[in-house]
Amino acid sequence: MVTGAWRAFIPLLPGVASAAGAAVYLLLLLKVQSQGGIAALLVAGVVAMLAAARFDVMTRVARRVGEHEKAFNVIVVVAVLALAGLLYDDHFALLLVATVIIYVIAALGLNIQFGYAGMLNFAGAAFFGIGCYTAAVLTKNTPVPHLLVLLAGGVMAAAIGSLLILPVLRTRGHYAAVVTIAFGLLFKIFLEVNDALGGPQGLRVAGMQVLGLEFNNNIEIGEDIELAFYVNYIALGLMLLVLAFIFVKRLERSWIGLNLDAVRLDETAAACFGLNLVRWKITAFITGNFLIGLAGALYATMIGFIAPTNFTFGDSLILVSIVLLGGIGNPWGLVVATAILVIVPEKLQAIQEYRFLLFAAMVVLMLLFRPQGILPRPLRTYFPGSPK
Amino acid sequence: MIRPLLIARDLTKRFGGLVAVDGISFELGRGAVVGLIGPNGSGKTTFFNVVTGIYPIDGGAIEFDGNNIANLSPQAVFRAGIARTFQRSRLSLPLSIFDNIMIGNHMRLNQGLWFNLVQRQRFKQEFEINFERARDLVRVFDAPLADRMFEPVGGFPMIDRRRIEICRALISRPKLLLLDEPSAGMTRDETSKLMNDIFEVKDRFEDLTIIIIEHEMGVIERITDRCVVLNFGRKICEGTYQQVAADKLVQEAYLGIQ
Repeated sequence: MVTGAWRAFIPLLPGVASAAGAAVYLLLLLKVQSQGGIAALLVAGVVAMLAAARFDVMTRVARRVGEHEKAFNVIVVVAVLALAGLLYDDHFALLLVATVIIYVIAALGLNIQFGYAGMLNFAGAAFFGIGCYTAAVLTKNTPVPHLLVLLAGGVMAAAIGSLLILPVLRTRGHYAAVVTIAFGLLFKIFLEVNDALGGPQGLRVAGMQVLGLEFNNNIEIGEDIELAFYVNYIALGLMLLVLAFIFVKRLERSWIGLNLDAVRLDETAAACFGLNLVRWKITAFITGNFLIGLAGALYATMIGFIAPTNFTFGDSLILVSIVLLGGIGNPWGLVVATAILVIVPEKLQAIQEYRFLLFAAMVVLMLLFRPQGILPRPLRTYFPGSPK
Repeated sequence: MIRPLLIARDLTKRFGGLVAVDGISFELGRGAVVGLIGPNGSGKTTFFNVVTGIYPIDGGAIEFDGNNIANLSPQAVFRAGIARTFQRSRLSLPLSIFDNIMIGNHMRLNQGLWFNLVQRQRFKQEFEINFERARDLVRVFDAPLADRMFEPVGGFPMIDRRRIEICRALISRPKLLLLDEPSAGMTRDETSKLMNDIFEVKDRFEDLTIIIIEHEMGVIERITDRCVVLNFGRKICEGTYQQVAADKLVQEAYLGIQ
């Protein structure tokens, strides 16, 4: 009997090993305090990644994982929960984990727009900010239940995005990207001069409250264990992330995902086969902005304070870099890239001030030597675990 | 008499001062295979682009199957029943054979958000039906290719890409197929294989009408019923291959004035 169970487990091994390895690595990275130790860990991580790429380990693991995708998804969720459990009272480390989770949700939105439909959106931080400010205003002035506030953040970002889509649709390629840059800059200036929204000083945001559970209180278990309150946000964020992930995966594995690819790869050919370019661009833009706004609303309630300086063009660029580094169109790649871009500058203080320089260098190097990203997007299969 | 499938009257397309298509008129009977020939820059591809709605026209009229299709969008022209291939094969190279063919099958697929994201069982049924259809179509061209439906198109040689491109155009069962230089970039051997394929297609889809742009005169001689010759955007001759090959104007256009 036992051997039978083990045999069933063997195909899952590559997935379990990579998830456990990543979790242990993250745990070390988050726990180690000495700058020398962190630098050594990062070097080890880079070397391991290069070696994995050199010996093609990643593609092989990815193929194995693809065959048992559902099991792997569960394994990863368990690994994240285990990580949160092991960090239980470390506020700063848990904040970073929660931030990564929330940024991945936003990056998934950008991935629909840029990775699938090929629409460059350089106003990611603005849509994130719309979600944040929606949450701030609603929690302060209305009794709307907080889970609905999150939804409202997404809806608001999607609604404002559907106005921006009008000029975006009238332009193509780089020009459309410039329109989004202009919008991002306008958004920040609008916040700075708008006193009702706190002006340059920003706004305080109340913490989440769901069914009487105050998210900003630490969780006491028994007498002497107290979980940092960020665990609440990690749990909720993880739930939303799982939903967003399922949404994006199903979108990719449908005729709609195929249409978005067709629009990205060759608009003229797509039009000659009857594809309604406008319809699919709008679909991608709105659903993408919804996810970005949703992430923003959750972020605002967690961080408790928002100001226009959180939503600069630089922050939009970070979101774009995540998609470029992770592997355009591959949701798992976004997870890896977000973890790197969020955690590394916070832990390695020496590079904190130079992080934009570093990110830019990483993007340039990646585009030069591995344009498909850390985890390249695999060929579309319509059903998990099958060759089709 | 049965009405012609496609009627072009004084069709004109200008790019600034250049008249790329200059008052072309001709009629295309149902089920015919017509060759569109002429030297480089004589307006053949522009004619295709005007018919398929990529460029708006500057004058004249196009009637397809009894309806005016002048200045319709490419989408509307496709819905009317015209599908095409491109001179520089415009397949989506990172996508699989199946994906590329499904782009051509777009009008038959349920595009609803709810259907695609939530009703996965029904989606699977629709997927299986269309997968069978696509595979059967590819098998007409090349049986081994039909076993590799989920490999990226970028990994296949030119002849297979042309076949996939023609399948993408045929899966929607168009009334008119426009082939823009299908032999471009292929060896003599591959070209003759592809021509056999086109004969095969003609056998299977009997009422299919084809316009083919081609530089290989051997191909034109073998497969076309009739030829239209363009030069500097004008129609200079029309007839069977033997007739146009004997025409003095055509010889001048191709060989220069002696």
